[in-house]
Amino acid sequence: MAEFIIETPKGKWEIICGLEIHCQIISKSKIYSGASTEFGADANEHVSFVDAGMPGMLPTLNKYCVHQAVKTGIGLKAKINKYSNFARKNYFYADLPQGYQITQYKYPIVGEGKVIIDLPDGSTREIGIERMHIEQDAGKSIHDIDPKKSFIDLNRAGVGLMEIVTKPDFRAPEEAGAFLKKLRSILRYLGTCDGNMDEGSMRCDVNVSVRPLGSNELRTRCEMKNVNSIKFVMQAIENEARRHVEVYESGGEIVQETRQFNPTTGQTKAMRKKEFAHDYRYFPEPDLAPLVLTDEYINQVKSEIPELPDEKKERFVTKLGLTPYDAIVICENKENADFFEKAAAGHDAKKVANWFMGDFFAMLNEKKIELKDSPVSPENLGALVELVTQNVINGKTAKDVFEIMAETGEAPEKIVEEKGLRQVTDTGAIEAVIDQVLEANADNVAAYRGGKQTLFGWFVGQVMKASKGKANPAMVNELLKKKLG
Amino acid sequence: MSDLVKLTISEARKALKNKEISAVELTEAFIKQMESERKLNAFVLETPEIALEQAKASDKKYQNGTDGALEGIPLGIKDLFCTKGIRTTACSHILDGFVPPYESTVTQKLLDAGVTVLGKLNMDEFAMGGSNETSYYGPVINPWKANNSDANLVAGGSSGGSAAAVAAHMCMAATGTDTGGSIRQPSAFCGVTGIKPTYGRCSRYGIIAFASSLDQAGPIAQNVEDCARLLTVMSGYDAKDSTSSQKDVPDFTQFLNQDIRGLKVGIPAEYRPDGLNAEIAACWDKGIEILKARGAEIVDISLPHTKYALAVYYILAPAEASSNLARYDGLRFGLRVPGEHLDNMYINTRSEGFGKEVKRRIMIGTYVLSAGYYDAYYLKAQKVRRLIRNDFLEAFKKCDVILTPTAPTDAFAIGDKSMTENPINMWLNDVFTVSVNLAGLPGMNIPAALSARGLPLGLQLIGHSFDEATIFKAASALEKDICFVRK
Repeated sequence: MAEFIIETPKGKWEIICGLEIHCQIISKSKIYSGASTEFGADANEHVSFVDAGMPGMLPTLNKYCVHQAVKTGIGLKAKINKYSNFARKNYFYADLPQGYQITQYKYPIVGEGKVIIDLPDGSTREIGIERMHIEQDAGKSIHDIDPKKSFIDLNRAGVGLMEIVTKPDFRAPEEAGAFLKKLRSILRYLGTCDGNMDEGSMRCDVNVSVRPLGSNELRTRCEMKNVNSIKFVMQAIENEARRHVEVYESGGEIVQETRQFNPTTGQTKAMRKKEFAHDYRYFPEPDLAPLVLTDEYINQVKSEIPELPDEKKERFVTKLGLTPYDAIVICENKENADFFEKAAAGHDAKKVANWFMGDFFAMLNEKKIELKDSPVSPENLGALVELVTQNVINGKTAKDVFEIMAETGEAPEKIVEEKGLRQVTDTGAIEAVIDQVLEANADNVAAYRGGKQTLFGWFVGQVMKASKGKANPAMVNELLKKKLG
Repeated sequence: MSDLVKLTISEARKALKNKEISAVELTEAFIKQMESERKLNAFVLETPEIALEQAKASDKKYQNGTDGALEGIPLGIKDLFCTKGIRTTACSHILDGFVPPYESTVTQKLLDAGVTVLGKLNMDEFAMGGSNETSYYGPVINPWKANNSDANLVAGGSSGGSAAAVAAHMCMAATGTDTGGSIRQPSAFCGVTGIKPTYGRCSRYGIIAFASSLDQAGPIAQNVEDCARLLTVMSGYDAKDSTSSQKDVPDFTQFLNQDIRGLKVGIPAEYRPDGLNAEIAACWDKGIEILKARGAEIVDISLPHTKYALAVYYILAPAEASSNLARYDGLRFGLRVPGEHLDNMYINTRSEGFGKEVKRRIMIGTYVLSAGYYDAYYLKAQKVRRLIRNDFLEAFKKCDVILTPTAPTDAFAIGDKSMTENPINMWLNDVFTVSVNLAGLPGMNIPAALSARGLPLGLQLIGHSFDEATIFKAASALEKDICFVRK
């Protein structure tokens, strides 16, 4: 568990925090209409009569969105509810054309589940999932085009969302950060949400309260809506918790309210009461039948679930011999893990991991390109490591070869052959080079034999240079020692 | 009045097929009648040019033998159905000038079958009302007058325009919708035949929503057979309405003119309270006798939760309405009354755009869904709704169809103070019809008798879920011997 205690001269305080995360469902069309969900279209290009709340229009449930939600539920190790239904959440706003949001209320599609988070100290912790339901997104109000008028873009209105609600299990800001990373990773593995917080396809509401360390009470919580990066979520939790402590310690009370997180100052401020004092008048949506899933359907979806990051990490550690840290880093992203696994196939996985996380990623960063555009194929990366393992080239040469691979995309074997970089392991040949070097540097040989042992490294360097870097360094060491006596 | 406008659908189809008349001639006759009966205020929009174009196309189809099931039949469409390119307002000020860019599924099916559209029919605003007096376009006048009186009477509601237009031969038949009795009660008041099918039988796509779990479309026509022809076309599964049923739709005309010996007709005790109007009771007895004479077996049944039906209805329907009507906010279509801020625009638009009854129901609906009241009102009402449905399921173990009166009175005067001053009295009109909507069952009005004042009275046949067939069977028998003389 990540230790995070707010300590003041007056006492020690513990944070209680839960998250609600809205995740846009990856689907070609919206959840209750056939309109496209494509991102980046001109305003109001993807709006059906249903999305615009036209008179007489009715929602129809998108089966694919249900499929995605069930998949996500299984990925969260959660109970899939065979019966769920839809409800209307009523409120007036310009970007909510029907005047209500079709969501799920009393009977969500997904029940309790759990997510294992990986903490920086290598430990893990389980965070409980309370529920997950599906609903529609609202449109966007644009207030900064005209000083007097607002503009409405309904492209997003009706896009499917999954709202994941955690239990109040977080005790430290970094646990929330680790959770969001893991959740994003799971969603991306599943292909059910792209998890891009900066584009708004994953949005986080944060609930925070504090209590004296060691107590079991639950104090009043405050909610911060739409905090849009992992860093800001962690900041919001810490700063809000510190505010609570200050209020309590100065004899005040916390009132339950919705607050806004300001990313510039890192502080939270209360929203006007009007902005959140809604009575949503939930009632069952009469236009949609209850959603009933069969065991057969749920099992079918289960069979489509790929290996998820926790399982993959476990396998990389136990079967491939990676350190837990390397395995976590590699498995956070499925594309990385897949690339790595291809590269490591049949080779020394640990060495491949070092290359992959070291030179390989440095190369991508330097070139500012994505993994999928890498000039070095996973097979070639594996082959390069193999050449080192088999003593065909040495580590130094391998770096040079890798540089050429990054430019040309050629196979390492080909580069080694063409450039004649194969390392020399023939004792006679290396001895001949050593003899040359010793003969040309008789003074240093005398000095070495006279006790200047530090010259040994210099001799190695000279031999390597004379062999154009191709001599096997271990053999050079051994033979030099013999010759120098 | 031209005789052409008195034809039933079956008669018109025969004449058209035999080329005795053309669809254009028929349509022209109705256009003339529609114009000469404008004083009834049944149509809020006349579309004669569209009707004539459609009639011309129909004549071509009769020429080359590709005519549809309702080819060239002139219809009126309740203004609650969205009609592509034709103004649709639900008779509310708030939908001023709204021209839908889409067609409701039910009207599309009718168009595909070849009907011609004479125009849009008057109705209570958003189908909320029982007298057609809440319409922004003013009340519909019932074509019937009481003996020795010139007083204007209500046509009933909410499908008042539909029932009056059919009664006055301004259209051969009309579409209606029924949320708590809105097809059956005006049909009773105007002496025409109308059926609300089982919930889910007709798609609600493109019908402006009042109370989604109760709304159903259905036909209003001159007789049982015409209703059967229309309902066969209007029904069917629609992927665009998740609550529409995938059940097969039979040709309902096949259930007409059948032997009803042994048919078990249920008579619910709760529909004959102490204060029941004697004329209504007599009309009901007449219906019972007719069915008995034809060999039906009369069975006493009980629907014990009937007394709660009105209360349940007037919680659930406004609750759904308060949410369904939230979209009329002045932003995207219809009326917009500007305001300095968004909230002011909402308030100004909705204050001016909605009438009194609609506002009343939005208020009630908002109240019963509010935090702290939900369990006591909405949730309780949902539970009682289930009990009401269970009553019917129990009853249908003992009978095949249920016979009751349609409305507790004959048509009343426009502006009747007992109703306008106390809306509850208006709501009491729905006492025999709302249970059917709450239970999702089919129900039909058959004109049955004239009151002492000379006004039509109707009988209601209630069927089991998706068993409109038995309703048609019983209605067809009832109609034969009841000898109601239409206007």
